[in-house]
Amino acid sequence: METVKLTIDNKHVEVPKGTTILQAAKQAGINIPSLCYMNLPHLAQEHKPGSCRVCVVEIPGKKTLVPACVTKCTDGMEVLSHSLRAINARRTVVELLLSDHPKDCLICPSSGNCELQKLSINMGIREINSVENAAISTYRKDSSPSLLRNMDKCVMCRSCETICNEIQTVGALSAVNRGFMSVVAPAFEQDLTDSPCTFCGQCVAVCPTGALTAVDNTFHVIRALADPTKTVLIQTAPAVRAALGEEFGYTPGTLVTGKMVAALRALGFDKVFDTDFAADLTIMEEGTELLNRISRHLSGDKSVRLPILTSCCPAWVNFFETNYSDMLDVPSTARSPQQMFGSIAKTYLAEKMGIKRENMVVVSVMPCLAKKYECQREEFKVDGNPDVDYSITTRELAHLIRMGNVDFKSLKDEDFDRPMGESTGAGVIFGATGGVIEAATRTAYELFTGKKLEKVDFYELRGMDGIRTATIDFDGTDIHIGIAHTLGNARKLLDGIRKGMYNFHAIEIMACPGGCIGGGGQPLHRGDSIVLKARMQAIYKEDLNKVIRKSHENPEIARLYEEFLGKPLSEMSHKLLHTHYFSHPKK
Amino acid sequence: MYKMQLLVCGGTGCRASASAKIVEKLNESLASHGLTQDAQVVTTGCFGFCEKGPIVKVIPDNTFYTQVKPEDAEEIVAEHILKGRKVKRLLYENPETEEHIPDSKHMGFYQKQLRIALRNCGFIDPENIDEYIARDGYSALAQVVTELTPQQAIDMVKQSGLRGRGGAGFPTGLKWEITKNFTSDQKYVVCNADEGDPGAFMDRSILEGDPNTIIEAMAICGYCIGASKGLVYIRAEYPLAIKRLQIAIKQAKEYGLLGDNILGTNFSFDIELRYGAGAFVCGEETALIASMEGKRGEPRVKPPFPAEDGYQHKPTNVNNVETYANVPVIFLKGPEWFSSIGTAKSKGTKVFALAGKINNVGLIEVPMGITLREIIYEIGGGIKNGKKFKAVQTGGPSGGCLTEKHLDTPIDFDSLVAAGSMMGSGGMIVMDEDDCMVSIAKFYLEFIVEESCGKCTPCRVGNKRMLEILEKICQGKGNMEDLDHLRNFANVIKDTALCGLGQTSPNPVLSTMENFYDEYLAHVKDKRCIAKKCKALATYTIMPDVCTGCSVCAKNCPVEAITGERRQPHFINQNKCIRCGVCYTKCKFNAILVQ
Repeated sequence: METVKLTIDNKHVEVPKGTTILQAAKQAGINIPSLCYMNLPHLAQEHKPGSCRVCVVEIPGKKTLVPACVTKCTDGMEVLSHSLRAINARRTVVELLLSDHPKDCLICPSSGNCELQKLSINMGIREINSVENAAISTYRKDSSPSLLRNMDKCVMCRSCETICNEIQTVGALSAVNRGFMSVVAPAFEQDLTDSPCTFCGQCVAVCPTGALTAVDNTFHVIRALADPTKTVLIQTAPAVRAALGEEFGYTPGTLVTGKMVAALRALGFDKVFDTDFAADLTIMEEGTELLNRISRHLSGDKSVRLPILTSCCPAWVNFFETNYSDMLDVPSTARSPQQMFGSIAKTYLAEKMGIKRENMVVVSVMPCLAKKYECQREEFKVDGNPDVDYSITTRELAHLIRMGNVDFKSLKDEDFDRPMGESTGAGVIFGATGGVIEAATRTAYELFTGKKLEKVDFYELRGMDGIRTATIDFDGTDIHIGIAHTLGNARKLLDGIRKGMYNFHAIEIMACPGGCIGGGGQPLHRGDSIVLKARMQAIYKEDLNKVIRKSHENPEIARLYEEFLGKPLSEMSHKLLHTHYFSHPKK
Repeated sequence: MYKMQLLVCGGTGCRASASAKIVEKLNESLASHGLTQDAQVVTTGCFGFCEKGPIVKVIPDNTFYTQVKPEDAEEIVAEHILKGRKVKRLLYENPETEEHIPDSKHMGFYQKQLRIALRNCGFIDPENIDEYIARDGYSALAQVVTELTPQQAIDMVKQSGLRGRGGAGFPTGLKWEITKNFTSDQKYVVCNADEGDPGAFMDRSILEGDPNTIIEAMAICGYCIGASKGLVYIRAEYPLAIKRLQIAIKQAKEYGLLGDNILGTNFSFDIELRYGAGAFVCGEETALIASMEGKRGEPRVKPPFPAEDGYQHKPTNVNNVETYANVPVIFLKGPEWFSSIGTAKSKGTKVFALAGKINNVGLIEVPMGITLREIIYEIGGGIKNGKKFKAVQTGGPSGGCLTEKHLDTPIDFDSLVAAGSMMGSGGMIVMDEDDCMVSIAKFYLEFIVEESCGKCTPCRVGNKRMLEILEKICQGKGNMEDLDHLRNFANVIKDTALCGLGQTSPNPVLSTMENFYDEYLAHVKDKRCIAKKCKALATYTIMPDVCTGCSVCAKNCPVEAITGERRQPHFINQNKCIRCGVCYTKCKFNAILVQ
């Protein structure tokens, strides 16, 4: 490999040709601060607009300073990252950013997690040199069921724009206005709810400041817990247990399932259940639907629509409702696990527990922002009472635990309540990309072939590649499977299907990179692929730890069908566990 | 053949003063006198002498009529065309000697000029390709595509020393060569006609007066770099230029000078127009390309340069209108001829838009190396109303202010930069003793703040902060610390902004701080505006010996700050005065003193 030799702050460095100064410096142990730069190697996306000018460095003899994030190293280059000229410029640039930023750090939702705040701290900025009452660019606040936009805090790094357009291909956000009033917003500065936004929340995940944040429902939950007339249930999504620990100082990938359950009990939830139970239920319904379609297809029924698409991910549902309204009959009609859980809890379980629907509050902890929107959809309400009352994120749960004065690290592991806390390894892997389809395969194989599946690990369905395909031998019948994560990859597959390019039987789609483990409600990873991979490993470890690893073997699921639902796709199932889609979704 | 031709300026400025009507009236008069076989009326492009428009020029005797009205048409025809007697009252009058100048050859405005880029403006009908061809139009293209290899042609451009006229002055031939050396299935030739400097209109004048020269030059460039597609990015506010360019493209296609197999060779080239919405920053080449691609018009980090990664990520050569306008002449007259004009490092001529407090406002083209003194006093006819020269702002909003001490510097790309300004696209705004240099810096910064694309922090926020400081200073609330901050912001923006616009945006502040620091100090320390332009700093007093006690000032004062008995000297209560200046404008006896 061709290399170049240079010095950075008098340190000799040798790097491959094409390396940027920022990368080379890092290699040499020199951390040049940056703000707008964002590297997402697992998505093959390097966002480097070179616009914040925080990473400017001096190259003696050059007319101007250069941004380290985009300037490539050349042979013999001399770089000074902390010369007086560079430090003064960098400090002035940060001061300028601060001068156009609200100074409410103490009460900002991103306080402690803010890249601008970090820069200010690291540079020891104690005053901002500008005129008194210097103008601050302010914008109309925008709220939606999932996301909040307070663009007064936007630093124009435009990471959200890259995520929304390049990765998700949603196109809800782009830079508008000019000069001092430039800001990232939906077209014509519409509200997010009127834009094509899917509430995937990836913009929140990459926003370095408090400009894009999640709707906070923690106080609704606290009020419900304090209400003696209410029975408060909580369900926890699979990806939460693989990331919650990060909020309490555990290394990424540490499973904290037992501590999480203990914490929730300590907080006063009447029942601590697992969304994994509903994931198993989803497999029963969706798997049966898949088999039905395949069987009809194999018997020559031309009217059957294949491939079947998974429908667990609410951002993905919003995406196809907005962009593929001609294909609304393609996705599975199965509701997401969150919603299946809510609807079973408020019928089957409420009856069992002998409480009225309106006195039951169902809370969900999700790695996701779109779930907040999903649980508010009209079709998931009965007489105005939602199946799931409040959806909170992993981050909100951490707040709740801290607010409840619970010392998380010292908690002893506890187990979920029954019946809706019983789950299988198949339910757990819903949290990672490829997991839903792997879980479905485990069940569908046995139902289709009538044979026992000996090897339940389908490694060919796992991994971080954006689009993956595999063919599974169902005892002589080849089943073609596709997997996509990120909506941009989903679009590629969908466009191909529209053109009739593929012969897939089933496709799993998740909106977020890595699946739910990389969701917009998770501890902010800002695109760190090492964190994502660690969480993914944790998910598969949890699967391995489970005694039962196939959804249809979950005894509580079997009991549910026996006592209440009858069989998959029964009339009762259709009423409680399935849904329909809208071409012009109301938001 | 006609014995005489009446050239009527059809540029945007003169058209706004009814030059189309003049053409109509002249034709009517010629008809009524039975002279239609003897004289022809031609609508041309701009003559440059816009101060005195509309212009009617009679050839062959070069009689130069100024400020012509439609009703003057009959007299011009009856006297000049029929009887051979010039209409004296319409001739240009020398402001100093008050004598009427019989023809353009004797006008100071034209004597020092050398017209290469503007060679056809005001001579030919821009809507008729035959007139362009009659003046050797398209013979450079013919020569290039039939006799020269692309490299030979590029070598000639390199040899000529032509540098980009858009502002930065990058050697044109080298740019072409770099673009040529990138291999690609498709390359593009782009003409930057997004003229955005306030007051500059040389590109518009060339496109309105001689559109074919741009087409010819772009085709030559296409041949040289291996491109078959040309794009002109032109602001939509230039409807006349757009129309004439469209006509020229259509005619060139009809003549086989554009399209497939030009002049029977293997070379094919076509041109399309792309319209800009008038954003200043879209004159920056990467922003221009983004805009053409339908993206937000904002620059990106360079490298890669458009020569490698341009329109649709293909190698693209971007030159501005004036640069292209020079190209055919290099081939017609030879690169040696071209490089014999100008200074050591800046060859040829430069078009300037002369504006401000100068007698002859207009468009001029002068050889590189001319001094500011020659431009201002000989071509420009000196300062208006005999006032004292103070400064000249060159290079548009991101240029700098030059002063008395720079008057004898030969101007070219490098000397202007050395003096703290720049060539820019060639705006030249002259200021006199009544101009406040702090306000001037503020004015330019207002423009920059308005036109910043908002991409990078220094330009987006820094310029706003500088403007706020200048506003504070002009209100008399500035302190010495503000001046330090102002200088620091200016230096940091210059050092860190992403594009050329941002990097040069502090120039008006830096150059006025360099050359007129005493004015800043006066504003800050003495709370005084030397030019009396900053209203908030003015003190209005009544001179008791001049005041007649007419009370008009007191009646008009909106805050009742003026008191006094009738027929007795009046008095302004400084505590009440809001410095609106109404008393000053209303006083018939010049009794109000502004300090």
